[in-house]
Amino acid sequence: MVEGLIGKKIGITQSFDDKGNVVPVTVIQAGPCTVIQKKSREKDGYSSLQLGLVEEKGAKKTSKSLIGQFKKAGIPPTKILREFCFDEKSEIKEGDQFFVDIFQVGEKVNVAGKSKGKGFAGVVKRWGFRGGKATHGSMFHRSPGSTGASAYPSRVVKGKKLPGHMGHERITIKNLIVIQSDKENNLLVVKGAIPGANGSYLLIKKSNFQTEASRNAEKE
Amino acid sequence: MSLIDLVEEKQIKKDLDSFKVGNTVKVHVIIREGDKERIQVFKGDVIVKRSSGPGATFTVRKISFGIGVERIFPLHSRMIKKIEVVRTGKVRRAKLYYLRKLKGKAAKLKEAR
Repeated sequence: MVEGLIGKKIGITQSFDDKGNVVPVTVIQAGPCTVIQKKSREKDGYSSLQLGLVEEKGAKKTSKSLIGQFKKAGIPPTKILREFCFDEKSEIKEGDQFFVDIFQVGEKVNVAGKSKGKGFAGVVKRWGFRGGKATHGSMFHRSPGSTGASAYPSRVVKGKKLPGHMGHERITIKNLIVIQSDKENNLLVVKGAIPGANGSYLLIKKSNFQTEASRNAEKE
Repeated sequence: MSLIDLVEEKQIKKDLDSFKVGNTVKVHVIIREGDKERIQVFKGDVIVKRSSGPGATFTVRKISFGIGVERIFPLHSRMIKKIEVVRTGKVRRAKLYYLRKLKGKAAKLKEAR
């Protein structure tokens, strides 16, 4: 079994649970993903599955070396390729496909995506500084204020919260509950919000996935 | 049809009782007390219907012991058993917020003919 799938954020909406409560949900188009390459401990030093997300539109440009690998797996080139852990006991070969049905309803998943870029942001937006008074001649509005003491250490401490580029970074949201898993339409519905814009690519992984190696490490 | 519609479609009630803004309605709400369920009726004028999709809501206003009470219901909620139209008021607006300022007889909607 594989740890997770590649997906695409479709959008957010709401749904009702069995008790009649409103639940905020995110709709993800997850999979189908094809195994392009299987990496093994003997050959590559670690084991993983390289999956490609099968989409309506394939990749526009692919390097010749990659095309060779896609040919081997027997599918047209895909835009996105990512590696996932997998259970080495299960028999998986190149060209195999995985669908959303690897996620069950009620299961917890971790979803990683690229957050929306906010550009160069000040400290109020970026770090939640309170800022100063807007009026009454305060002359101190959204500035970061003092960045440190003078005589000692007479430098700015590393990691000081300052203005800079915000967003457009990889963010993982952990333990989201699967509300719906629809193999027919490749739909995965999870509770809660997910980073990134609609249409952006996501990595969906099982929260409690364990490979043989990690299980053994736990025992020791 | 986009993929999000496939999810929303399942949440939407298809056999919805039809009613309009200005209608006086009886809303049959399921109330849960521990394991027991009972039905409570909230009767009043529909003053707002908003949004489409599973997030659609409507607001019902009534005067209870001289005090105006408004309740917002999710249209597609499973907790709403039935919406019964009692009376159809004559209205010229989609949102009847002006009723909030009116008292007594002035706040009454004329029956549509």
